[in-house]
Amino acid sequence: MSQTITRRAVLKNLAGIVGGILAMPAARTCKAAVQNALASSPAPTGYDPFKHKWLMALDVDRCIGCGLCVEACCEENGVPEGHWRTWIERYVIKKPDPASGKARGETIVDSPDGGKKGFPPLLIPKEDILKSFFVPKLCNLCDHSPCTQVCPVGATFDAPDGAVLVDGKYCIGCGFCIQACPYGCRFLNPETHTAEKCNLCYHRITRGLKPACVEICPSQARVFGDLKNPVPDMENDPLRQFIAKNKVEELKPSLGTGPRVAYAGLDEVVR
Amino acid sequence: MHDTILTNLVDALPQFEGYVYPNERTLHPLWSVLIVVYPYITGLVAGAFIMASLVRVFKVKALEPIYRLALLTALAFLLCATLPLLFHLGHPERCFEIMMTPHFSSPMAMFGFVYAWYLMAVLLLELWFDYRRDFVEWSKTQTGLRGIIYRAFTLGVTDLSEPALRLDAKMGRIISIVGIPSAILLHGYVGFIFGSIKANPWWGNPLMPIIFILSAVVSGMALCVFAYMFLCWARRVTADMRCLDLMISFLFYAVVLDAAVEGLDWLHRLYSAEEGIEVLKEVASSKLFYTLLIGQACLGTLVPLLLLGTMQLIRKKVAELNRRRVYFASTVLILIGVLAMRWNVVIGGQLFSKSLRGFMSYKMEFAGHEGWWLSLALLALPFVILTLFIKYFLAQDLPHD
Repeated sequence: MSQTITRRAVLKNLAGIVGGILAMPAARTCKAAVQNALASSPAPTGYDPFKHKWLMALDVDRCIGCGLCVEACCEENGVPEGHWRTWIERYVIKKPDPASGKARGETIVDSPDGGKKGFPPLLIPKEDILKSFFVPKLCNLCDHSPCTQVCPVGATFDAPDGAVLVDGKYCIGCGFCIQACPYGCRFLNPETHTAEKCNLCYHRITRGLKPACVEICPSQARVFGDLKNPVPDMENDPLRQFIAKNKVEELKPSLGTGPRVAYAGLDEVVR
Repeated sequence: MHDTILTNLVDALPQFEGYVYPNERTLHPLWSVLIVVYPYITGLVAGAFIMASLVRVFKVKALEPIYRLALLTALAFLLCATLPLLFHLGHPERCFEIMMTPHFSSPMAMFGFVYAWYLMAVLLLELWFDYRRDFVEWSKTQTGLRGIIYRAFTLGVTDLSEPALRLDAKMGRIISIVGIPSAILLHGYVGFIFGSIKANPWWGNPLMPIIFILSAVVSGMALCVFAYMFLCWARRVTADMRCLDLMISFLFYAVVLDAAVEGLDWLHRLYSAEEGIEVLKEVASSKLFYTLLIGQACLGTLVPLLLLGTMQLIRKKVAELNRRRVYFASTVLILIGVLAMRWNVVIGGQLFSKSLRGFMSYKMEFAGHEGWWLSLALLALPFVILTLFIKYFLAQDLPHD
């Protein structure tokens, strides 16, 4: 079959391409408008989630278990009593019984009141302790978040900027996402009867502020940043420095959830 | 204030052992006894339908006396299947969002569609095609409320010519054939709701949908036997022993298959001994001792297997009355056993922390919207509906085709 290229056909195709390119911003605006109308998030108007990629990094060795982050989170987000968007766990690994032939003894974990008021002194004699450390916990911002996957109405969704958000006006309160979260980060708010969890203080980060827990941490155990907008000078970007200098790990990697919360100094006993 | 007291109370009660994530330290598990009732009812629907299909699709003539009873049982339970879920939702008024704006990757959202399909396209249609001729004939003889009901249910199609009746029969069979995979899908999906949760080693298991389907078939068949025997007793008629013996045979083989697959599941878990196996062993052997080992394994599986197995071997030597007694006792035990299985799956999966370092207890409330009473009422409701169905659609004084 012979094909003739006419001027008319070329012009037609060109016009199509140009028209398509011109229509794209309008289509994007429409898409954003639809998304804005259908999903309620605490972001201000004008915030473009496509231009950011948030990441949280936690340095286990720096955490002193003071509980200020937990308190700040509860205050900032009005977290109902007995529930936690972030919490601190204390791990105590005992020395092994020499006869057991093991490298270390029993692991004891506690988190009284989520670590909000700090931790009471240990009841275990000091000489029995091999090591002890604190681990801050929060939503793991999974790339393949199981909570988003199972939500029957799409009330939980992955924002393009890396945050996993819950639309409280849409949530039916079935609790499926709470069961699906391997990290125990979600809870059913007893007042609103909807699922809730850490949203990285979305109302703050979308206005150029840091999450409350990061802001208040006295030991800089929590590092927060925007991968798409790093500090121009590599030396001064805390997030990049953190990733470059530490061996980072994620929680429960075997589940394939792809957490985006990076931990440095994690011990294998932490789950 | 109220919450503070509750929280303090939770801390005071010896409800948690070891380390439990702070958000898991709640007074009641997130999915309580209502979510136990939900898969139980759905399973009964699927099983009862499979029993009815044996007549229609596999042409097991001896089971004809229970064909309509099985279908009506399936419908009565299907009408109540979503109620426990609805009562459980934090925002029941938003429940239609599951159908209106579904999230297609969610097993729960897809269940809504499978449920609607099964109710509208399978069960109601099959019943209508099966009953149409009777509706037309009954509407001619019956007056009052009954007459109105039958006339309405003919949907204005009163053609009783030979080709029309042939079409009814053909459609019934086609729908029945479509219905079998639909029934399996319906309950397989319920199993998938649990089996898909990889965060929970008690649930996240590819065998879960299969186990749910098999236990559904077992419970549904047992329910049909139970309903048939009860109906015969209530009407003071003798049960058709040929039909009963055959139902029991099918039930026996279904129990064998179910027990084998559930046993295989445990064998696999124990042998592969993945992370969390110690926790699962503890849950199975101590936390769920009465419901899993006694209720589900011994009373709900082993005893019926022995009873029904013996009956398979020495059926002819046992007097009919004694046979009926053994059958009735076995079906009741199986029904309780499958309820225990649902309990073990749903509650068992919430008796340990996802940190795999601690355990929770379930202190069930009596009243309250997730307590005993509501669950019992929801379990009783399908039987009430079934009684009404029997009164209007299986009445003794009506001629049946």
